[in-house]
Amino acid sequence: MYSAIVFLPLIGALIAGLFGRWLGARPAGLITSALLTTGAVLSWVAFYRVGLSGEDARIPIMEWVRSGELQANWSLRIDTLTAVMLVVVNTVSALVHIYSIGYMSHDDSQPRFFAYLSLFTFAMLMLVTADNLLQLFMGWEGVGLASYLLIGFWYHKPSANAAAIKAFVVNRVGDFGFALGIFGVFTVFGTISFDAIFASAPDHVGKTMEFLGYQLDTLTTLCLLLFVGAMGKSAQFLLHTWLPDAMEGPTPVSALIHAATMVTAGVFMVARLSPLFELAPVALQVVTGIGALTAIFAATVGIAQNDIKRVIAYSTCSQLGYMFVAMGVGAYSAGMFHLFTHAFFKALLFLGAGSVIHALHDEQDLRNMGGLRKSIPLTFALMVIGTLALTGFPFTAGYFSKDTIIEVAYARETEVANWAFWLLLAAAFLTSAYSWRLIFMAFFGKPRYDEHHVHPHESPWVMLVPLFVLAAGALFAGYLGKDYFVGEDYAHFWRGALFTGPDNHILEHAHHSPAWVVWSPTVMMVAGFVVAWFSYIAVPSTPAVLIKTFKPIHAFLYNKWYIDELYDLIFVRPYIWLSRQLWKIGDGRIIDGLGPDGISARVIDVTNRVVRLQTGFVYHYAFVMLIGIALIVSYFAYVYWAQFWKGY
Amino acid sequence: MPPALAIYAPIFPEIFLALAAMALLMYGVFGGDRESEVPGWLAVLILAATGALVLMQAPGAVQLFDGAVIVDDFARFMKLLILGGSGFALILSFDYLRDAKILKFEFPVIALLSTVGMMLMASANNLISLYMALELQSLALYVLCAFRRDSVLSAEAGLKYFVLGALSSGLLLYGCSLVYGFTGTMSFAGIASVLQTSGSNIGLVFGLVFILCGVAFKLSAVPFHMWTPDVYQGAPTPVTAFLAAAPKVAAFAMLIRLVEDAFPAVATDWKQIVIAVSVGSMLLGAFAAIGQTNIKRLMAYSSIGHVGYALVGIAAGTPEGVKGVMIYLAIYVVMTLGTFACILAMRRKGGHVEDIAELSGLSRHQPMLAFMLAMLLFSMAGIPPLAGFFAKYFVFTAAIQAGLFWLAVLGVLTSVVSTFYYLAIISKMYFQEPAANFEPMPGKLRFVLAVTGVITLFLFIPINLLVTAAEAAARSLF
Repeated sequence: MYSAIVFLPLIGALIAGLFGRWLGARPAGLITSALLTTGAVLSWVAFYRVGLSGEDARIPIMEWVRSGELQANWSLRIDTLTAVMLVVVNTVSALVHIYSIGYMSHDDSQPRFFAYLSLFTFAMLMLVTADNLLQLFMGWEGVGLASYLLIGFWYHKPSANAAAIKAFVVNRVGDFGFALGIFGVFTVFGTISFDAIFASAPDHVGKTMEFLGYQLDTLTTLCLLLFVGAMGKSAQFLLHTWLPDAMEGPTPVSALIHAATMVTAGVFMVARLSPLFELAPVALQVVTGIGALTAIFAATVGIAQNDIKRVIAYSTCSQLGYMFVAMGVGAYSAGMFHLFTHAFFKALLFLGAGSVIHALHDEQDLRNMGGLRKSIPLTFALMVIGTLALTGFPFTAGYFSKDTIIEVAYARETEVANWAFWLLLAAAFLTSAYSWRLIFMAFFGKPRYDEHHVHPHESPWVMLVPLFVLAAGALFAGYLGKDYFVGEDYAHFWRGALFTGPDNHILEHAHHSPAWVVWSPTVMMVAGFVVAWFSYIAVPSTPAVLIKTFKPIHAFLYNKWYIDELYDLIFVRPYIWLSRQLWKIGDGRIIDGLGPDGISARVIDVTNRVVRLQTGFVYHYAFVMLIGIALIVSYFAYVYWAQFWKGY
Repeated sequence: MPPALAIYAPIFPEIFLALAAMALLMYGVFGGDRESEVPGWLAVLILAATGALVLMQAPGAVQLFDGAVIVDDFARFMKLLILGGSGFALILSFDYLRDAKILKFEFPVIALLSTVGMMLMASANNLISLYMALELQSLALYVLCAFRRDSVLSAEAGLKYFVLGALSSGLLLYGCSLVYGFTGTMSFAGIASVLQTSGSNIGLVFGLVFILCGVAFKLSAVPFHMWTPDVYQGAPTPVTAFLAAAPKVAAFAMLIRLVEDAFPAVATDWKQIVIAVSVGSMLLGAFAAIGQTNIKRLMAYSSIGHVGYALVGIAAGTPEGVKGVMIYLAIYVVMTLGTFACILAMRRKGGHVEDIAELSGLSRHQPMLAFMLAMLLFSMAGIPPLAGFFAKYFVFTAAIQAGLFWLAVLGVLTSVVSTFYYLAIISKMYFQEPAANFEPMPGKLRFVLAVTGVITLFLFIPINLLVTAAEAAARSLF
């Protein structure tokens, strides 16, 4: 069954990729969707078996790499952590496949699209079922590839190509760190198999290793290197720049890859390696700090954006920050819980946004929307559900998972965690504000689109049904899951899949947080809603006034803290300059000039001279012969007489 | 067979060939059939029969005429190559000669006589027989070069070759007399034993230098190569093909036997000369060919380069080196004849053309011809898995085993440069606008091209047979 879950998407990808042209668009979509739906149903069965009945499994697929000490087998590691991810990935993927049948129905190359989507799903499943670091890395790169292909799916758009390249290059930075981390793990532990690493990790506490000429704490260094990989994949602060641009891809892609699954791979990796991270408190503090910074940063930027998908993209970025804070404070299950619930409501929001975009014929700018709640009421209702869940409205999914994170941040009681707590609270306020801003701008007020030419219409059922499923998840996943993920069934549910040290009682502490801490996120949510309502419904002139008053701040936020510009200045331009120099001077003048071009020019010179010797006169020829013989004779005369005189 | 005759059995092939040439001459003179291919085909048959006679001989070395002639495995290997080269060159000649209106019976007769000389060169075992064989071969070639009497270029080629050849013969003879004067003997074995006991001296080395220079002229090695481009271009094309193939083999056979049998004691001296000449030939062959527009001139420089590569094997001075040279020559003969078959196919209504530019766009008119020529040129450049690669591989390997790394490296580098002009022709054939089409290729050329092309293309499969044969032949010298 587990093999089927992993390989069904691959079969779908191969069918759609190799025979898609022959099959046609609709069958390709139907086949891959059917396979994925099967996979999703099986995943829930697996979830029931593993998570609730407690049957872990290890399924060997094949012997893979055997080189000296390095041994890596390809086998599926099925524990609760994997099962959670299987459910998330396959459910969202199946729904996105079905949704795409409607959303992409006007596209010319649908088989390719479905092939990529299924390929992505396969790679993601490889990642989450990994039993060693190499397998994890393979899935990691596989999803990166699929992400690249799907962002650049509309390859005739220059902006899509640029975004695809950007995503790939920025991820390379992270992957470099990740690869170094894997090398380091192999150097230190002599193995890359999870079980072996986890077993011997406690022996390395407090030891040091040499890295770049410094003696550093072994586990801290390794964890930080691995975390760099997670930062790249999960779009954390400084390596986040690719995620908003990735919205150039089709919207279902954004929902699947850039909201629900791939970007959470970094979170998953930290959770999977919790036995390592738990022993490296310094690294955990860094994780907390980066997560909190990302959460607040992305939330501030999100409030100033006008592109509906970009707002949600920054929201994703911000929520990923929440998850990392949970990881950093040692509440891995809280992070995984938020990952689980976030997948539902964020996919819902994205697909809902896709429905809006679909209704307005590819209009993405919030300033050109408005008043849509009457023309597309179902989408409106679904988007509101997603927003409620995201902002943490009581008893929706976000209420349980996000608030838990805020509580554990409070309960950690270190300086970094304290800062994180306040930043997350502020971010919760902003989350609510920008989410409701989105709803109000899109669905309320007067229509700002061209009403004579655009007549918004509700999406077809093939697109709406997946939304209903996701909405159900967004409403109930938190309530149903809280006991298992972070509540009283914790031990029974996880059974050691997540490692927590003997002194780590963070969840228990969190349950006993003071009342003001428990209530504060809800207060923030309400405050954010009120501010958004005031600015966009009660007094619609407020935003303009605010922008005018705080012009520099707005510009700062609107331009995403100028990080892209900064990177352009620090990395891109010097790099292009250097490349140009290497091309023009290094390659053009030096290598070509002295190499191929220079040599060939010299060859022609020599040739011309030699050819000129060939005069056609017999006496010249005879002369050359005699010169030749004279030279040889003189040489030997010299050699022999030199020997002769040496004797005397 | 009377026992008095039986002792001459090893030399029967040469005797048969000489007598048959005379008979063919008589047939031509008295047959009255002047403009016919019959004498030519008879000559090809005679060569084949001679080859059969050589093949029938028992292995092992036999000396005749008081040691003037030796017949061993090495000689037989070279003789078969010579006979093959001459025979295929003759087959190439008929159509050209008819077009040029010089389809005369003298042509095959002279070619046969030249072949007799070449075979004797491979068997020459003293200075006198060496000189006699060389002159027989050379005189016949002078005549062949000037065979198209009404063409100024042809006459000039013959005359130049003759004058410079006479000069080189003079140098050779002078060297022979010096060697004789300092050793008191003509036979290779005698010279070797004198050198072994009394050591070398400067007079003897002078003699060696002059002899080697005379031989180098026949090889057209730098700096005794100056005649080559003019003669190759001026001589009728089949004669050029003839000149480029078998005589080179004969001259190499003679050189190898001379240095290995007569002068092993002064190996350090002759190796230096061989290396110098080899380096010069490789460099000039690579560089000068680039500037050529006439394909026959280009082939002249190409052959100079090939001589340089083959000399690398001799410079190694080891059995492996000699083996390498023999493999090189076998492959070289095949490639050269194939290429000349292509060159002879460059024929329009108005006659033969020789400009490289005429090959433009050949791939569109005659894809098969273009492919074969391209393949042969790639082979000459030494691209694996074609035969030319193995030719270079074995000589360079021998050089490396003998410690001559830099010579092997230089050989590879000049090969790279030479690839340039081979590729230039190929790019013309494949990537330029087509020139006017050639006349259809005559059947005889097709035959030769097919045989040589198949050997060049597929030699890598039975390459071990050639290596084994060359190894056995080379061993008879050491």
